[in-house]
Amino acid sequence: MQSQFLQFLFSGVTVGATYALAALGFTLIYNASGVINFAQGEFIMLGGMGAVFLAQAGLPLPLAIVLAIALAALAGVLVEKLAIEPAGNAEVVTLIIITIGASLTIRGLVQVFLGTGNHALPAFSGEAPIAVLGATLLPQSLWVLGVTGIVVAALAWFFGRTRMGKAMLATAHNKLAAQLVGVNVRFILLLSFALSAALGAVGGILVAPINYTSYDAGIMLGLKGFVAATLGGLGAGMGAVVGGLLLGVVEAMTAGYVSSAYKDATPFVLILLILFFRPQGLFGKKGTDRV
Amino acid sequence: MMNIFKSNCGVAVLAAALALLPLVLPNAFYYDVAIRIAINACVVIGLNLLMGYTGQISLGHAGFFGLGAYASAILTSRFGWPPMVALAAGAVATGLLAFGVARPILKLKGHYLAMATLGLGIIISIVIINESAWTGGPDGMQVGPFGLFGFELNGEHMWYWLMAALLLLVTWFALNLIDSPAGRALQAIHGSEIAARVAGVDVTASKVRVFVLSAVLASVLGSLSAHYVGFLSPGVSGFSHSIEFVTMVVVGGMASVFGSIFGAVILTMLPQLLSTFEGWETVAFGVILMLTMIFLPKGLVPTLRLKFSKAEP
Amino acid sequence: MPKPSSPLFATTHRCMVAPSLAAVGNARAQGFSRVRRLVNLTTAALCVIAGPALAEAPIRIGSFLSVTGPAAYLGDPELKTLQMEIDKLNKGGGLLGRKVELVHYDDGSEASKANSFAKRLIEDDKVDVILGGTTTGGTMAAVGLIDKAGMPFISMSAGVPIIEPVKKWVFKVAPTDRMAAERVFADMKKRGLLKVALLTETSGFGQSGRKETLAVAPKFGITVVADETFGPKDTDVTAQLTKIKASADVQALFVFGAGQGPAVVTKNAAQLGIKQPIYQSHGVASEEYIKLAGPSAEGVRLPAAALLIADKLAATDPQKKMVSDYSKEFAERWKTDVSTFGGHAYDALAIYVAAVKRANSVDKEKVRAEIEKTKGFVGTAGVFNLSDKDHMGLDPSAFRMLEIRKGDWTLID
Repeated sequence: MQSQFLQFLFSGVTVGATYALAALGFTLIYNASGVINFAQGEFIMLGGMGAVFLAQAGLPLPLAIVLAIALAALAGVLVEKLAIEPAGNAEVVTLIIITIGASLTIRGLVQVFLGTGNHALPAFSGEAPIAVLGATLLPQSLWVLGVTGIVVAALAWFFGRTRMGKAMLATAHNKLAAQLVGVNVRFILLLSFALSAALGAVGGILVAPINYTSYDAGIMLGLKGFVAATLGGLGAGMGAVVGGLLLGVVEAMTAGYVSSAYKDATPFVLILLILFFRPQGLFGKKGTDRV
Repeated sequence: MMNIFKSNCGVAVLAAALALLPLVLPNAFYYDVAIRIAINACVVIGLNLLMGYTGQISLGHAGFFGLGAYASAILTSRFGWPPMVALAAGAVATGLLAFGVARPILKLKGHYLAMATLGLGIIISIVIINESAWTGGPDGMQVGPFGLFGFELNGEHMWYWLMAALLLLVTWFALNLIDSPAGRALQAIHGSEIAARVAGVDVTASKVRVFVLSAVLASVLGSLSAHYVGFLSPGVSGFSHSIEFVTMVVVGGMASVFGSIFGAVILTMLPQLLSTFEGWETVAFGVILMLTMIFLPKGLVPTLRLKFSKAEP
Repeated sequence: MPKPSSPLFATTHRCMVAPSLAAVGNARAQGFSRVRRLVNLTTAALCVIAGPALAEAPIRIGSFLSVTGPAAYLGDPELKTLQMEIDKLNKGGGLLGRKVELVHYDDGSEASKANSFAKRLIEDDKVDVILGGTTTGGTMAAVGLIDKAGMPFISMSAGVPIIEPVKKWVFKVAPTDRMAAERVFADMKKRGLLKVALLTETSGFGQSGRKETLAVAPKFGITVVADETFGPKDTDVTAQLTKIKASADVQALFVFGAGQGPAVVTKNAAQLGIKQPIYQSHGVASEEYIKLAGPSAEGVRLPAAALLIADKLAATDPQKKMVSDYSKEFAERWKTDVSTFGGHAYDALAIYVAAVKRANSVDKEKVRAEIEKTKGFVGTAGVFNLSDKDHMGLDPSAFRMLEIRKGDWTLID
């Protein structure tokens, strides 16, 4: 009984770490520009697919990974430059549709050039499962959790201790004021998209050995990442991580104890519950409007 | 010239266009496209009342569409109910659900309705897929023809006239709603919620009313669509279908009833037109979406309206 | 709204359209240059002269397939196969001396689009036959139209409702999930595995497979002791497998799914140390499954069409030559592995072509009657014997039982 629970917990936390990385990406862009980026899932997919095809083309795995992340960041920059910037101060709905258009374009291009098949990356340190208290854990899961932890710590340092990070936070808080103190808002926006895409790509690469990747891997991941970000409170970095992990665990528990068929409904039921009882999310602040 | 769109002359022009259209439609396939456009246009007009006037976004409207569709299908096929009664039952159930969800959410400011409707739409989709004993699951189910008092609607021609009449009715109703005190309250909310509140408008109640109205409209159209196509699959309530509706609103023009019709026309025909692109359809659709939103952010009809009004002396 | 005669709704019957366009062009020629008018008149004249020679209009084969969307791994090879085989047909002189033309649309794995495109093929493109319907949902969405229009239709999807009850104009060439279940259960019974855990996908294929499996299990004396499901895009099924592992008397695992889901199941099963034999469905009959599941796929058994093991068939096997040739050509032309799903397109086209040749016409009723009389036809999925009561023509022997050993397929039965 206890080992069953532990098994559910392990799988929940592993998949939750991916959601956390996706949610962080959403939060970053939302903070910097107020845009809810529905193309975030595609950045995750680009990481995984990019690494797979670069490795297949003959590059050694570490190089393929680095290059894939760079490519995803480039895609993020392109989306910002070609789609978001020209839109200027458009309404939220318009921006949402633009990001949806961007996600369709990226997905369509990958489908045309890389095909519709499923692909896997070799596990980073082998496939032998590790037994822990009656449950098993894949070594890759440890990679996922470990790297996510490092990334979160790095981001905390970036935002708390570096000028660039603080400039980003300032832009998120009040664009005009940030501009007035000399922050290059345009560059911050570009950087936020690039960083967000890179984060997504890292997540995609980490789980590709476990989850496989394909041209449409981004759809569900993107949606669930968005839900996780909302759960944690759109705009709160810590919230994104907690939201992602929580979402993964609740999903696994639902599959284990309630019904495996309705597992996929879990994130969306959670979001309704949160909106009814605590709309600002677990860590978000209650918003106020100046009249 | 602009007033054509604003006054009831617009409805007259639409009526004339609908009456004359059959003269140029060469075969049943074109009637089919026209009927699908009309179905989408009615849903989108309702959605536009919500999005264009109260500034709320619904990312799950296809869920309401699907509820109506499956309610009609299940009640008529498995329980033998008359189609009109099933349609009404579906509409009532959807209205209640919409009310139940909207009331707590719309008290809040911001885009919480977008997230709630996103969640609701997907939950409805998943339920439809899983409860295959009722719904036929992903492989879908057949739906019987629509009938009123023993008279059965068969064939594209009959359906065309029904949908044309319905579209006229919905358009006229929406235009009159906007011009009424209730409608002006809606416009006030879109301008500034706080100012509207100060002026005495019950903002939450108005928003809820519009949301329920647009949900019920989507449900009714879903029921009709199920009977027309004769076959139903869970995709009708899916996230991409919801996005299609939202796109029609935004491309056609928010807060514009005729914009909704144009949006429906363009986006219903687009997959047929893009079918020549052989694998590039997704890319083409995505690029068209982005370009339209970047260069015509207000949507088609309002942008044209501005252009023409500038040209007037 | 574009006029029906605009290029966007173009048909290939330009010679019939051109004279009317020319007439319209002339009427508006006040603003056109004189050169334009001359060109229009010349085109019309040429068409009148050349008309009779071109009157041998091509045979039009219509198709709606799921080339994109969740069923793309099925529809994409189907389209490629149709294109490849029709090209071959035309190079060899066409069918009944006429060129063959493929009119195809992508329904994006959505049934309502399938319905719309089927209508377009029937009413607007006026094709002679429809070979398509990648998914059961898409096929069933079109069935009503097919019947009303009297159009021969050969479907490539698996669902049992397509041919039960038999519909006059609807045929199919893909084996049903019921056959796969029967084949698997027969093998399980031979090995004495009578208590089975079922793990099925929530997709149409998986749900239909589950229904058929539960229905035929008693016939083989097999009891289903666990019944779990997983989603097609699920990245982890350890929860479901943990529950199954906890059921003490499970002797074998039967997985019904396609795409990446079953590979995840296989990997997770290995991770959890599940020792019971695993059976998959024909949904994973592709190299991709072995690539994705890796070493954990060792020992997995599944029913598959002979096409998958073309090179391992005995030389005397009736299917050997046909599947070997098709595999080679497909790999050469499209630089990718042949797919058992693409094979359905091959069978559909070949059966149609054979029927047309026997009927010596493309008249819909005559061809339909001939399709129904197809006997002893060797295709990629097996040997077809249709009749007026059986619009599929395959029986469980069409499936071969394979086991994965050392990362490759081994023929068991």
